[in-house]
Amino acid sequence: MNSFVASYLIQEGITNGAIYCLLAVAILLVFSVTRIIFIPQGEFVSYAALTYAALREGKLPGTVGFTLALVSVMVGARLLRGIAEGNLRHSLLEALKSALLPLLVAVVVFASAPYVLPAAVDALLAIALVTANGPLIYAIVYQPLAKSSTLVLLIVSMALHLVLVEFGLFFFGPGGARTEPLLDLSFSIGSLPVPAQSLAIYLAAAVLILGLFLFSERTLYGKALRAAAINPLGARLMGVSSTMAGSVAFAASAFIGAVCGVLVSSVTTIYYDTGFVLGLKGFVAAVIGGFVSYPLAALGALAVGLMESFSAFYASQYKETIVFTLIIPVLLWRSMRRRGTPEEDH
Amino acid sequence: MLLECSDLSVSYGKIAAVRGVSLQIAEGQIVTIVGPNGAGKSTLLSALMGLLPCSGPVAYFGRARKPAPSTEALVRLGLGLIPENRELFAPMSIDDNLRLGAFDRWRAGARDMEASLAEVFALFPRLEERRAQPAGTLSGGERQMLAIGRALMGRPKLLMLDEPSLGLAPLIVRDIFEIIKSLRARGVSVLLIEQNARAAINISDYGYVMEAGEFVLQGSAAELANNAKVIETYLGVSSAAKAES
Repeated sequence: MNSFVASYLIQEGITNGAIYCLLAVAILLVFSVTRIIFIPQGEFVSYAALTYAALREGKLPGTVGFTLALVSVMVGARLLRGIAEGNLRHSLLEALKSALLPLLVAVVVFASAPYVLPAAVDALLAIALVTANGPLIYAIVYQPLAKSSTLVLLIVSMALHLVLVEFGLFFFGPGGARTEPLLDLSFSIGSLPVPAQSLAIYLAAAVLILGLFLFSERTLYGKALRAAAINPLGARLMGVSSTMAGSVAFAASAFIGAVCGVLVSSVTTIYYDTGFVLGLKGFVAAVIGGFVSYPLAALGALAVGLMESFSAFYASQYKETIVFTLIIPVLLWRSMRRRGTPEEDH
Repeated sequence: MLLECSDLSVSYGKIAAVRGVSLQIAEGQIVTIVGPNGAGKSTLLSALMGLLPCSGPVAYFGRARKPAPSTEALVRLGLGLIPENRELFAPMSIDDNLRLGAFDRWRAGARDMEASLAEVFALFPRLEERRAQPAGTLSGGERQMLAIGRALMGRPKLLMLDEPSLGLAPLIVRDIFEIIKSLRARGVSVLLIEQNARAAINISDYGYVMEAGEFVLQGSAAELANNAKVIETYLGVSSAAKAES
């Protein structure tokens, strides 16, 4: 291997690592606020990429139908619960409030789909639509299970992942999609060409992570979210409901996933089930961070990205195996360090 | 009436922890519930705060509400609870803990955060000195001050305190009771649960004695302080001797 190949591999590794880093941060955020290990994080990536690709081609993305389906299920479930609990009016009001924003976004996307719009507008629409699905999924699937154990929530996440992949096939079809980069430029550092899309990915990762940091450290909403993660009862007594915190966390996770989706759609071809492997690598990074530490997870994500690009060069057929094997020494190391601390039952 | 319930029961599965309790708190009152450990006092507060389901309607702020309001709705209405173990946000700074106390009012549009902070710091100067310090590093007394300060940031009309003196040094207990007494002047009514019955009855207008999930006795603070059974069980021998002499 010469230094050119090495620097090329490093650049590719960092690009992938930045995506895994964002996904790891989203997974950690959801876990810390809701105790949900959110396996389907990657599905947001494929949904957003396929939505964006459809919009670029002037076609109606399947996500609109998906969102409408989610909204109807959510309203239906709330009404049934309202009837069972004898407060129909209150439930109807709550359901309509939660339905308003997703419906609005869906209508805007529906109306604008046939027109050729600038790529940035399409990207924003795709991100907005997928982001709106986050809280809906939380309301339908997880909110009724809020008091369940982490294990139950994990099993539900696995099931939800399978359901969302099948929905992806139903709403988007089996074909893959690849888009033009948002910026079709290329720079070079020395002899190494750096596509502008890679720079956009680094930039997005940096901005999102900084934004999340500022949100959770500097805004009262962000602090409320952290408070709900630290002490749910204390937060409830301040009027911060775990439902609200969960909703916000899922919106953030869907948003991050959607941004990743739009960014990677020009780097690689995305199919309805591509997101899973991306999400899983984000998950490995989150595990490296012990599911608590954002900086460690970010480092883990970079390690995963680099490991992946180098193993793709040396032993391409074992590339996934090598990456996922990384988790074993990390788990061993983590469990050694944990010895002596009492097992916590979350 | 700020809070009124009649024949209220709370059960954990088949075990009834609170049975047929009737309680009234008028505006400007400090009401105390005394009783031994396990009498169901904390359970009662949790139910009143909407944290546990209970049978029997509760009227908050003069209105019977059905279905039973959620904890978050009660916070919005002006009800506050400081639980026995304070439930502070330990890794967050004192400043952040206090600000979060006003989260619900802030979300509803109130923008008096700095003024509210100044009021709390005037009440507890020690908190201002340490405002950047994580809440988890505070001593027991300071934690209770922070818990009270955080609750006051929400400007409750009725504040419920569960064992505010538990585990505190006697000097600090005196301070805490002085503060609770002064809440009335700020327009905050109080429902107090205490093992330290003497101090609690001293600052109260009205009191209930709870045993095994039921109210066995109630009366004005003066009546309770002179009741032979209360003296014997809760106020101890020294005050019984005092009452005789």
